[in-house]
Formats: sequence, structure tokens, C-alpha cells
Amino acid sequence: MTDLLVILPLLVPLTAAALCGLFWLRPSAQRVVTVIGMAALLACAVALVLAVRENGIMATQPGAWAAPFGISIVADPLSVLLVLAASILAMAVAVFSFRDVGMNELRGGFFPLFNGLVLGVNGSFLTGDVFNMYVWFEVMLVCAVGLLVVRRGGVNLDGAVKYAALNLFGTILFLMGVAFLYGAAGTLNIADLAVILPELGASTGITVALAFFLLALAVKAGLFPLFFWLPISYHTPPAAISAIFAGLLTKVGIYATIRIVTLIFGAQAADLTTVLTIVAALTMLVGALCAAAQSDIRRMLVFLIMSGMGYLLMGIAIGTTEAVSASIFYLFHDIVVKGAMFLLAGAVFFAGGTYDLRQAGGLVRSHPVLAGVFIFAGLSLAGLPLFSGFWAKVLIIGAAMDGAAYWLAAAALVAGFLNLYCVAKIWMEAFWKAAPEGVDIAARPKLPLVVMAPVTGLVLVSTAIGLWPQPLIETADAAGEILMNPPLYSEGVIQAVIEGTEDVTDPVVEEGEQ
Amino acid sequence: MNSVILHALTRLFFAAMLIFSIFILLRGHNEPGGGFIGGLAGASAYAVVTMAFGAHVAQRWLIIHPVVLCGVGLVCAILSGLPPLMGMGGSFLTHLWWIGEIGGVELHLGTTLLFDIGVYFVVVGGVLSMLFRLYDTGEEEAGW
Repeated sequence: MTDLLVILPLLVPLTAAALCGLFWLRPSAQRVVTVIGMAALLACAVALVLAVRENGIMATQPGAWAAPFGISIVADPLSVLLVLAASILAMAVAVFSFRDVGMNELRGGFFPLFNGLVLGVNGSFLTGDVFNMYVWFEVMLVCAVGLLVVRRGGVNLDGAVKYAALNLFGTILFLMGVAFLYGAAGTLNIADLAVILPELGASTGITVALAFFLLALAVKAGLFPLFFWLPISYHTPPAAISAIFAGLLTKVGIYATIRIVTLIFGAQAADLTTVLTIVAALTMLVGALCAAAQSDIRRMLVFLIMSGMGYLLMGIAIGTTEAVSASIFYLFHDIVVKGAMFLLAGAVFFAGGTYDLRQAGGLVRSHPVLAGVFIFAGLSLAGLPLFSGFWAKVLIIGAAMDGAAYWLAAAALVAGFLNLYCVAKIWMEAFWKAAPEGVDIAARPKLPLVVMAPVTGLVLVSTAIGLWPQPLIETADAAGEILMNPPLYSEGVIQAVIEGTEDVTDPVVEEGEQ
Repeated sequence: MNSVILHALTRLFFAAMLIFSIFILLRGHNEPGGGFIGGLAGASAYAVVTMAFGAHVAQRWLIIHPVVLCGVGLVCAILSGLPPLMGMGGSFLTHLWWIGEIGGVELHLGTTLLFDIGVYFVVVGGVLSMLFRLYDTGEEEAGW
């Protein structure tokens, strides 16, 4: 039963992708398959979170190849929380795509690629093996580049080429890190590494591996000096695709950073605090400042993603258990809300016909419901009370104060204020301002349910967390606790694997006994 | 390509290469070979047809669309991993074996075979969907 539950978040999107391939010539059937698949995935994710809350770490060894030689698929609290967040967003995007993704994109293979992307994301979250993580990165990269070009055209191709080149570069750096790590430690199983690395102590190979990993993940996550690919690629595709990119791709980078820096390199990474702190502060401030200067909604949101990355890195930089837990809470919130903001930007485009804030306006009269949902999402992003963003910011700034990182806390507050300014700017310009001359408000199209339901759903999730944050805080704390105590993780995985294999009759052992 | 020799030999090569690719696929059971290499050999069989007669003829000989073939292969591979999860013990992709005799021939059959056939289909489908796209010129499209 454990084996099945842990592997399902990978099996469901894989099966959905396979069925979409089978229905290649019938795009409308692909749509149905994907929506059903994502609903099933969401159910699996909820079941997995509940099971992990009850039993602790769960793990399985596909193919019954024993760890550390076989690959472990590990569901610890961090993994399952992110799988849940990703499933919520994937469900919303699948529904949203009914309006946003036209026949042209469907023929280009939108749904198989979308399912493949979800598979890659879930795989990265659930894998317990560093090399396998690289493989999932590749799966994600292939699908992401495909999604960028399903709407054919010069701008998309330009963005896709830049995205592919820079991310491939990051992935190769990651692979080199994997090679150095294997050379130094002789294993790539995370549970194994968490025990072996502290015993090995510092060595050149391990330091070089850590440097490669950090560079690679800084590219993937869009951190300060290496963020330049983000604004040129994320704002070109259809809203549904940029939402899934915004919510998931960079977040996988930051997830891997959390996993690798704290769990694997715990002791060595302590020396990096200064670097990480400076990068975190610069990422959030530069992101927020660039966002404030934009007049295109999507470009603004892309820079807000970058600003959010700074907050997530901040928790890792402070390095206390409390701070890492706060980062994990923030990560969950960020996946849901940034995804919602991009879908809302798409809705604003459908309603007003433009992404340009200078030409938008008057939406509050023509689409009052959308205006209400948007302001809720925006306030959540900016971190005002009643929403998940408030708790995320309270936890992370509180952790900074406790960790005596006062100027980092100050930077976070300034960046938070700029985030609020950006959200207010979008709302004032697109909704509150009078419509530009010559635009007939009454003639604006009504938004269908498939657009309103996903964005409203995501905002409701954020509000629910804001009003009742305790379960998420508890799970994030448990996740942080495990990350900061590598032996807890290793023992949990080994225990889970042993329990899982008890009922399996091992053919090799039987033959030996005969 | 308009060459009498190529046209005449293509039919011969196609059959030979396809049969050989299946041989490689089955040989992979215990010796070098298997779904991936077999799939590449099978795709080359269709590549020869594409060179000689064009993508639309190769597509007709393939019967189903290459991406659909990919989907079929993926479904096969997933199915091969499922039995252990259905209460037969073990984790996903733990392969089960059946050793028996049919008509005096000893057979070692396992779910790995299904997995390998799945890989074969995915590789053939994947390579051909790219190849057909590259050969997909405007004039042929009109003939489709």
C-alpha cells in the first residue's frame, strides 16, 4: 500500500501523458483525460499528505532494487507539501486551459507536454537520489521548452531558445556537481549522503560539488546575478503556460537548494551564510524594484517571482530550523499565489484585451467579481493579513529577527512594501482607472466559468491557509525539523524501505537458502 | 528520391530491417540488445521508406500516427510495472517471471518483455514523429 501511494504522484501524470499520446488525433479527448488525471493527482496528493502526517517518512524502491544502489522515491513532509501545492496549481491550470489554449496549441501537443511537466516536477520533489533529481530536471526542461513553442511565432521561439540554452547550462553544472559529489562520497542516495558527508568532513571535492550545485540552482531558481533568462522567457507564452512555469519551475530550483544545502551539505553550507544572505537580499530588492518599473502586467509578475525567490532563499541563508520551516511555508504559499496571479493576468487580458497597463482600465465596472478576486490575490502576494502571504512573511521575518539577521529582515520589509506597491499599481491601472477613451465597457466579453473557477479556487486556498494556518505550519515545522537533522531523514527512509520490503519474497535470498 | 534501384531495394530492406529490429528487441532479454536499440533499428527501417517514397507513404505503412505509437508504448511500459502494486507484493516495476514449457521449448517470460516492447514502440514513435515532421514539406501536405 505504501509503495502504491508514494509512486502514484508520478504514475498518474505519466499515465495521463501516455493517454494523451493515444488520443493524439482527438485533442478534445486529451482535455478530458488531463482534467480527470489532475483531479486524481490532487486526490492522491491529499491522501499522501495525510498518510505522511500520520506515519512519518514513507519510501519505496522502484523495481525492488535496494538502496543505496537503486533509486529511492521518498515522501517526507517537505516533498508531500510541495506535491500537494503543485497538484492544486496543475488542477487549476488544466481547467483554465479550456479557454486559454486553442486548437493550434492542442495540435502542437500542449496536453502531453503539460502532463510531462507535472511528472517532472513531482519527480524532482519525490526523488531520494541526486542523480535521479538531475534526470527529472531534464524531463521538466524538455517539456518546458516544448510548451514554450506550442504557440508558434518569433517571440516564443526567441524566448524558448534563451530559456533552453540557459537552463541546459544550469543542468550541466548540476551534473558536474553530481559527478564531484559521487567522487567524494561514493554514493548519490540522499539518505546515504546525509549520514556519510558529516563523517567525511570537509574536502576539496565536496566544496567544488557544493559550488557547482549552488551555481546550477541559482540559474534554475533565477537568483540575483543569474536571473536574466526569467523576464525574457516567462512572459511570452499563453497565460496557462506561464502560470504553471511561474508556480513550479523556479520553485523546483529553490526546493532543490533547500534539500541540498540543508540536508546534504548542512555543515559545509554554514560557511556560505554571508554569500547566501547577500544574494537573498539583492534578489528580493532588485526583483521588486524591476517589477515596480514595468508597465506590462506579465513582465511585472515575472519580476515579482524573482522577488519571491529572495524570500525563499532568505530562510536558507539564516539557517535555523525555524527559518527553514518558514521558507517551506512560504514556498507552499508562493506556488499557489504566483500561479493565481498569472492566471489572473490572463483573465485581465481576456476581459480588457491587453496586458499593457497604460491601455487598460475600467475593469472594476465591467468585471467587478474579477476585480474582487484580483485584489484578494494581490493582498495575499503582498502579505496582508487574512491571507497565506501574511503568515509566510510573519514567519520568515520573525525567523530573521530570532536569527539576529536584522538587516535581512529590513530588506524583506522594504521588498514587501515594494511588492504591495506593484500589486496596487496593477489594480489601480487595470481596474480602478477609468477605461481609456473610445473603449466601450459594455462590449467587453464576459469571462466564462472555466476562467473564473480556477482563479477563485486558488485564492480560496490562500485565504483558507490565512484563516487556518496551523496544519500547514505544523507540517512545515516537521519538514524543517527533518531537514536540519539529517539522521532523522536517513533513519526514516531506511525504516520505511525495510517496512516496505518485509512482505516481498526476495527471489535471490530464497535461491541462496535452497 | 527518384531512383529505381532505391525503390526496388527499399521493399526488401524494409522487411529485413524490421524483422532484424524485432530480433534485436528479443535478444535483449539476456544478451546485448533490447527495446531502445531495437526501436532505433525499427525506426531506420521506416526512415529508408521515407527517403525512397516520402513521409506520407511511410506513414501509411506505419498505419497509426507515430505519437499514438509513443502513447501505446508508454501504456505498455506502465502496465508492465503495475502487477506488483496490485497486491502481488513489491514496488512499482518489480518484474515478475513466468518460467514454463510450451511444446517442448523452455520459455522465460517476464513483465520485462512487456516493458521492453513499450520502450521499442516509444523509440520508433518518437524518432518517426520527428522524421516525418522534417520531411513534411508543403507539397506533400496537400497530398495527405
